[in-house]
Amino acid sequence: MSAIARNPTINDILKGISDPEIPVLSIMDMGIVREIIENGKKLTISITPTYSGCPAMDTIRDDIKKALAEAGFEATVKLVLTPAWTTDWITENGRKELAAYGIAPPLDPAADKKALLHEKRIVKCPHCGSVNTTLVSQFGSTACKALFKCEDCLEPFDYFKCL
Amino acid sequence: MTNKIYQYLLFIGDNTMILGHRLSELCGHGPSLETDIALTNISLDLFGQTRNYFQLAATLSKEDKTEDDIAFLRMEHEYRNVLLVEQPNKDFAYVIGRQFLYDCYHFLLLHELVNSNDQHIAAIAQKSLKEVTYHLDFSSEWIKRLGAGTDESHEKMQNAINYLYPYTGELPEETPIELEMKELGIGADLPAMKTDYYNRVHEVLKEATLDIPETNWFQSGGKKGVHSEHMGYILTQLQYMQRAYPNMSW
Repeated sequence: MSAIARNPTINDILKGISDPEIPVLSIMDMGIVREIIENGKKLTISITPTYSGCPAMDTIRDDIKKALAEAGFEATVKLVLTPAWTTDWITENGRKELAAYGIAPPLDPAADKKALLHEKRIVKCPHCGSVNTTLVSQFGSTACKALFKCEDCLEPFDYFKCL
Repeated sequence: MTNKIYQYLLFIGDNTMILGHRLSELCGHGPSLETDIALTNISLDLFGQTRNYFQLAATLSKEDKTEDDIAFLRMEHEYRNVLLVEQPNKDFAYVIGRQFLYDCYHFLLLHELVNSNDQHIAAIAQKSLKEVTYHLDFSSEWIKRLGAGTDESHEKMQNAINYLYPYTGELPEETPIELEMKELGIGADLPAMKTDYYNRVHEVLKEATLDIPETNWFQSGGKKGVHSEHMGYILTQLQYMQRAYPNMSW
């Protein structure tokens, strides 16, 4: 079982597909591609949702099929639930892209809990780098984000919370 | 056997669907932008979970039902949700009180279901548990904020808890299907969760300086399909499109 295809063309195509709600992050960097089974031009790709109700999954499935079809592949996309997706699967590159885009990348789960329960100021503002930030709401613009505010530069920002 | 698992899934999925629907009514009507977004995010999670349960149920259905058939085309007495989740959004304190009393149960239920012998149910539970942990954090925080807030917020929160508390008795009640699923290692042990449930609820209420309602009378009936009058209104709205335009889809 591999989430990386032997054929580099397939990987390149998949790297070009992003979550429509976080266009900066490719589905490969997001870690939602779980398995790629190659059988010549026929592919079976398993993806896993970030959140159960993630409305982007249908779009992502269609985007994968379409992009691969343009390169002559016939892809079947399967949705798998287990093992459940975790923010740990976001790649190092994905984390950098998130921060550059203005979304604070997820901390480790223990630190995340402290940050979301107002115990500790550790979430770094993606605009000015200050950790003098406070939680506004555990739920942000999408299911996967919490809303924070920087007390130094006063800018609001999203934090990709741990799951 | 598959028919019994199908029935069991309704007990779980109907709760997440009806509560999700109640929260969806607040879309654009929340008391503030942040709480509006939070409550509709929770609604979205619950609908996602419902779809997972009903998609699984559809594969077990004898009559080739789809997830939409299961969600939209049953009669009121065929829904298995508890009375608690159909209670209306009377004010923000009621919304938070209902959410907290359900989240606490939901969290414990999923903790059990991750060990289900049915690998599909275990997978959905594993996914859902991560989401519900956030729901419980959110509702617990608001119970504390309102309970220990101003005199007015305290009074409103106390009124909501007094009203909703008698609906909690139904949560750990075990129906014959749930008993059978427990014995097969597929379902959760509801009666065993009872003590832990009330301990957790009472702990948060105490921290919120709220009184624990003294009651020996608990409402029940939803699991048997005997619903409160609110359910009819919910279903009228929920089922309208499928009844008016059969088989429509997005």
